[in-house]
Amino acid sequence: MKKTWIITKRELASFFDSLTAYVMVVLFLGLSGIFTWLVGSNIFVNNQANMGVFFGIAFWSLFFFIPALTMKMVAEENRLGTIELLTTKDITDGQIIRGKFFACLILILISLICTLPYYVTISQLGNIDDGAVIGGYVGLIFLSGSYVAVGLFASSITTNQIVAFLVALFIGIFFHLLFDVLGTSTSGILGSFLNYLSMRVHFDSISRGVVDSRDLVYFGSIITMGLYLAELMLSKRNWQS
Amino acid sequence: MSIIVENLTKKYGEQKAVNDISFKIETGEVVGFLGPNGAGKSTTMKMITCFMAPTIGNITVDDISVNENQSLIKKKIGYLPENNPLYFDMSIVDYLRFTAEIQGVSKTDIPGRIGEMIELCGLVREKHKNINELSKGFRQRVGLAQAMIHDPEVLILDEPTTGLDPNQIVEIRKLIKELGKQKTVILSSHILSEVEATCDRILIINRGRIVADGTSETLRSQADDQELLTVHITPLNEELETSLLGLGSVEKVSAIEDKPGFYSIQSKPNMESRKAIFDLCVKQKWYLLEMTGIETRLEDVFRDLTN
Repeated sequence: MKKTWIITKRELASFFDSLTAYVMVVLFLGLSGIFTWLVGSNIFVNNQANMGVFFGIAFWSLFFFIPALTMKMVAEENRLGTIELLTTKDITDGQIIRGKFFACLILILISLICTLPYYVTISQLGNIDDGAVIGGYVGLIFLSGSYVAVGLFASSITTNQIVAFLVALFIGIFFHLLFDVLGTSTSGILGSFLNYLSMRVHFDSISRGVVDSRDLVYFGSIITMGLYLAELMLSKRNWQS
Repeated sequence: MSIIVENLTKKYGEQKAVNDISFKIETGEVVGFLGPNGAGKSTTMKMITCFMAPTIGNITVDDISVNENQSLIKKKIGYLPENNPLYFDMSIVDYLRFTAEIQGVSKTDIPGRIGEMIELCGLVREKHKNINELSKGFRQRVGLAQAMIHDPEVLILDEPTTGLDPNQIVEIRKLIKELGKQKTVILSSHILSEVEATCDRILIINRGRIVADGTSETLRSQADDQELLTVHITPLNEELETSLLGLGSVEKVSAIEDKPGFYSIQSKPNMESRKAIFDLCVKQKWYLLEMTGIETRLEDVFRDLTN
């Protein structure tokens, strides 16, 4: 755990040194702010004191932002050869991957914390359902964890950041949209299975403020699977022939 | 702190990058891996440092196998990879602290170790700079500093002097020699003079196999047990070559081009012809102006073995 934290610290410092962190926070706040308060079916059009609009926006903006954060995490180390430097030190492949995972997740948490003033403002405007707000945030955190894990896996299979970004989006779009669409248009067991794979279904269920074990298993599986595959790709050098 | 490599093989697809290598390195030795590009030097090093697992074979460092406890081995080894990869976005001090933390240097010792490394590697004036602001020579020193930060017993340096200017090369060599007094050092190079200058022992690797193992002197004598001389004799005359060949110990005489009066003489194996040549000149009343023994160069040994 200590070793994992050392990696997390370095990655976070690198996010802040390279301005990535500031760009991420500003873009995220800018986008969600504009759509929550100013344009489209914003909060005033809806005329309801809830954060549904914001969660809907964040659901999509995180989907695009996260691959941009994770794309360089492993790919760049592979390209520069610094992975050789790292893996020959007293640290395991799993600790490296988990360290990077937590760094991305913490940066996203920071972005989400910056949206807390939205909550304060809306709660002044009317009666807000605190359960739904907490649920929404928890849902976003789980969703982010899943996409970070997928993004790390995508980053670990290549030395090219653009490829990593696109692969992460490609895998992500299945969970984000396609399984949902396919699930609705298919009937029977396959339909409900595809439905279960859809991120939207689980996100909506958590945002209602109900934390179901089905949802936790779903997010937990994606995160574990992504991290496991990323670690596997990293240790590929050992069994590759 | 000995390193034992047994029947080490690494395959990349069908190609064997390292093919059944075995050797043993004792504590305190400075060993040079010498070989042409793609000979398997780096691959061997990558397996010793636990970056890659061997396809077949075993490596033990201080009686610990790489197949058993990598964490313990990694702590004992300091490694400078080929091309010296570094995190360019970090400052020297931050980077060394990061490395020290990963290698498990205790928190109280870290500032002291960083200071020592910065001093030892001559980075005092640069220490607060970012790594991307440094010239190649200074980056190489940072690479060395990170390899040594946890005071490892073994140092493995993959081509430590590539890309450095002549002054820096001399300094790095001096540093390696200094370190070699207390530590086991393995370095690789395709530059012969470099291994000759820094290493106690040379392993020549070619196409994944060890083709020679020994000190530079033993390698030279192995490759050539025939004496080679250059002589300069006046006056010029016809019978000179034939009379030299007439000496019992001389195998070959050839005139050196563009230098009248100069001859290159090769003795028969394990024979000595200097005295005989001198006596011949006295007898014939020739003047012997010059007679030089030629040492076989390591370059020739290397070329013989790797071609």
